[in-house]
Amino acid sequence: MTTTTTTAEAERRTVSGSTPGAARGPRRPGRIRRIGLPYLLLLPALVLELLVHLVPMVMGILMSFKALTRFSIRDWSAAPWSGFDNYKISVDINAPAGEALLHSFWVTCGFTVLSVGLCWLLGTATAIFLQDTFRGRGVLRTLFLVPYALPVYTAVITWAFMFQHDNGLVNHVLHDQLGLTDKPSFWLIGDNSFIALLTVSVWKGWPFAFLVIMAGLQNIPKELYEAAALDGAGMWQQIRRITLPSLRPVNQVLVLVLFLWTFNDFNTPYVLFGKAAPEAADLISIHVYQTTFATWNFGTGSAMSVLLLLFLLVVTGLYLLLTSRRRKTADV
Amino acid sequence: MRSIRVAAIGAVTLSLALAVSACGGGSSTAGGGGSNDSPKTLTYWASNQGASIAVDKKVLKPELDKFEKQTGIRVKLEVIPWSELLNRILTATTSGQGPDVLNIGNTWSASLQASGALLPWDDKNFGGIGGKDRFVDSALGSTGVKGEDPAAVPLYSMAYALYYNKKMFADAGISKPPATWDDVVADGKKLSKDGKWGLGAEGANLSENIHQVFVFAKQHGADFFTADGKPDFTSDGAVSAIKQYVDLMAKDKIIAPGNAEYAQNQSLSDFAKGKTAMVLWQTASATFASLGMKDDEWGVAPAPVRSGTPGTGTAVNSMVAGINLAVFKNTDNHDGALKFVKFMTSDAEQKILNKAYGSIPPVKSAQSDPAFNTQATAALRDTLAKSAEALPQVADESQFETSVGTAVKELFADAAGGRPVTTASVKAKLEKAQQQMPAK
Amino acid sequence: MSSTSPARPRSPMAAPRSFLWARRIFLTLLTGFVLLPVYVMVSSSLKPLEDVSGTFRWLPSGLTIRPYIDIWSTVPLAKYFMNSAIVAGAATVCSVVIAVFAAYAVSRYRFRGKRVFTVTVLSTQMFPGILFLLPLFLIYVNIGNATGIALFGSRGGLILTYLTFSLPFSIWMLIGYFDSVPRDLDEAALVDGCGPLGALFRVVVPAAIPGIVAVAVYAFMTAWGEVLFASVMTNDATRTLAVGLQGYATQTEVYWNQVMAASLVVSVPVVAGFLLLQRYLVAGLTAGAVK
Repeated sequence: MTTTTTTAEAERRTVSGSTPGAARGPRRPGRIRRIGLPYLLLLPALVLELLVHLVPMVMGILMSFKALTRFSIRDWSAAPWSGFDNYKISVDINAPAGEALLHSFWVTCGFTVLSVGLCWLLGTATAIFLQDTFRGRGVLRTLFLVPYALPVYTAVITWAFMFQHDNGLVNHVLHDQLGLTDKPSFWLIGDNSFIALLTVSVWKGWPFAFLVIMAGLQNIPKELYEAAALDGAGMWQQIRRITLPSLRPVNQVLVLVLFLWTFNDFNTPYVLFGKAAPEAADLISIHVYQTTFATWNFGTGSAMSVLLLLFLLVVTGLYLLLTSRRRKTADV
Repeated sequence: MRSIRVAAIGAVTLSLALAVSACGGGSSTAGGGGSNDSPKTLTYWASNQGASIAVDKKVLKPELDKFEKQTGIRVKLEVIPWSELLNRILTATTSGQGPDVLNIGNTWSASLQASGALLPWDDKNFGGIGGKDRFVDSALGSTGVKGEDPAAVPLYSMAYALYYNKKMFADAGISKPPATWDDVVADGKKLSKDGKWGLGAEGANLSENIHQVFVFAKQHGADFFTADGKPDFTSDGAVSAIKQYVDLMAKDKIIAPGNAEYAQNQSLSDFAKGKTAMVLWQTASATFASLGMKDDEWGVAPAPVRSGTPGTGTAVNSMVAGINLAVFKNTDNHDGALKFVKFMTSDAEQKILNKAYGSIPPVKSAQSDPAFNTQATAALRDTLAKSAEALPQVADESQFETSVGTAVKELFADAAGGRPVTTASVKAKLEKAQQQMPAK
Repeated sequence: MSSTSPARPRSPMAAPRSFLWARRIFLTLLTGFVLLPVYVMVSSSLKPLEDVSGTFRWLPSGLTIRPYIDIWSTVPLAKYFMNSAIVAGAATVCSVVIAVFAAYAVSRYRFRGKRVFTVTVLSTQMFPGILFLLPLFLIYVNIGNATGIALFGSRGGLILTYLTFSLPFSIWMLIGYFDSVPRDLDEAALVDGCGPLGALFRVVVPAAIPGIVAVAVYAFMTAWGEVLFASVMTNDATRTLAVGLQGYATQTEVYWNQVMAASLVVSVPVVAGFLLLQRYLVAGLTAGAVK
């Protein structure tokens, strides 16, 4: 599935770069060197990716087939094979472990959809509103990038401080000053923790959408707007008819990247809630971390991660397949 | 064509991985004991006992220098925050690259014992440090599964006691600290008014929850594990025990709802500021001092029981809290490590270190020092000697802490959010917790 | 193309009133939302401890710079800072250099396995970190045992890890950017007698500076902010800021004012760098990723 998807990707690339083949490229060196050079250039990246991503991933997959608990963790390669036991535990939704994983999966899905959607919405709206020059535009643009530039942990720590029950700013404003709630709410435990997590995630993530869409807007030819204006299209209509459709390819990439980052996000919930997240905000990355590290149950933890990876592969594959097909039809 | 290439890459990756895994098997010291390859140095991981890591270094450094003078062995010290310690032990266990000697929370003893990474303290090893008899029984009870050689040696002992604010008690017309839970509730109700509260709790701190409900369960005649080590969370005793603890917030309303999200010792700072009148804690005296509370502003009493006076059985009023000292099995300075343990558990060092940390020496002969007979320490020492019991020594202890600790945390969240906490809801949470325990 | 284009007005005619009002309201609310935590961070860092451990107050009861003095002694912040700077700096440099080479190869050459390479590298973006944390750690330990190169617990290991985190995105972005640099330019350089590497460094790289800066900023931020791997792979001597900042929550109390002061101090270099280089970032994204 991935192969298909990236075919489209690669084709796009070749076309846009109009690469005329390597044979015509470097002339001086001998044939072997000519053929070897691209591989030589790729070598460092390849070796590192193998070392840090691919080999560990394969090891992780192997571990998922082992009964790797604290009893065998001292020498993982000698741990007994357990076939699909770890997977059975993970997906048996009638048993507590599987049920909890499924719950966490749904929470993560809901969280991801909302967070990506809101980030995209805020990013797009802001980029469009900041498209024209007006006084203070530069300042606002700089300001809006601050959340993205802040290191994750400092931003999340600050939000955790604001979300405290007794002394936090949020309750101070909502309860003490505006009187919107009967009594101070809890944000870091209980059901509201989902809202807290979402708020932090959107606050931190939307500037990236803004940045990318802002860049995308610069690629829209001015002539399009001029033509539309001549046709008598107003501002709102121009946005609907030109800006948004022109952003489609940008959005395609942006949404995918945001989706992967948000779905796999570990830092935000980990810093916000510590090692045990409340049920309502039990994101899958934290859930797997908990399974793995609090109880040293690496076999099951690995199996859960592999399932997560498979899910992401399938979703990404489908997404790319659908979007590239749509793009092809659009091109014709 | 393309698929062949993908397959080829896959095969290369796989073989690489296998190569790595193979050398993984070869290099870690399987089964083998330690060696004496580097007799001149030791690496020691200390847990964070003082107010901060810097304090710990200040306390330990001179002692380590003393040890070097005596033996010529240089000790490389690293003080590791609690938030990291278990993960660091995990990485050390998997890789075989760890310290020679390390501190562990005594409740982890059985869990870590199961991993086989720690040197078992058989009679010979114990003999080298003066024999088992030197140590207090209750402390020895928290060093591993019963009937097996202990995985560690007691280093510092602590117990829970009830700390109370003298002035707040006087203002409310309470003449003496409560001895039973009924008294606590009655006094707490008198104290809980005008934004002040009777009792503090760390509702979102899983270990703290476990420590408290373990004692409540004991007082209700219940255990969380059967004699043969099976989880038994849903007995009537356990359910009413946990309900009684959470009811202090839900029904009796002597714990502030905000405490439900406390996990970073905020209840201590509330106590020091006079926002809460009582707190159940282990060795809090040094903390109060560093929070600016004078020693004569607070009093200490044995932790409450259901009725009568603290003792054994259902009159237990504390867990055996403490730190154990363990030796990594594949140390490359086996003899030096044992020497170091001997040094740290010697009478002289026990007095110095436990004094510095406000804890009680688990070594009997060191307890005679007057420092362990003050207002702050006498209650703790008595509790340890007479009415404290060790947490269940089972390999699944960490799962127990996580699952039951989380259940209590969620119940506190319910109570704080105004949702009813009933016998049924407590039982449901505990059932879920029990199901999360690994099947045996 | 590679320079920042000035504002491109949407249309010659003036925006309607409804648009202006919508913009005003929206931007005001958004500014509030964005600035709130920043205000809290700055104001709390100047408050005495009583102010931050009691009910929240908008204005400090008294301004103090004590937190900014105390942060350096409560935890060894300077050391953590140093570690983070070394790790993030080295990871950035290596990541950029390696990405430039790889992107050049993909952009300018046709060779077997090109697709497999790009697919594989990009797909690593979706690996959950938690899956390979323990295996990676085991590999580092084994490499250490076999070769004597200490990767586990050392800055080197962390540098290696972080640089590969940013590598996929960097390569991908630079491929797009290099593709947009006209091929005639490097062909001309080749005709002038430059080798392929000469062409890369004398022609392609200078033309792609905005893209490279964007990639560097991304790589630096990735390394500066990572928490999970840092918490397992560092020790006392190599601990980075991401983990070290937890030190302000001590056994006795959370020093919120110091937490905020330290957060501010560690944020300033990244935020300042980011904002200074934002022009490049937009330009880099414009030409690279979003095309």
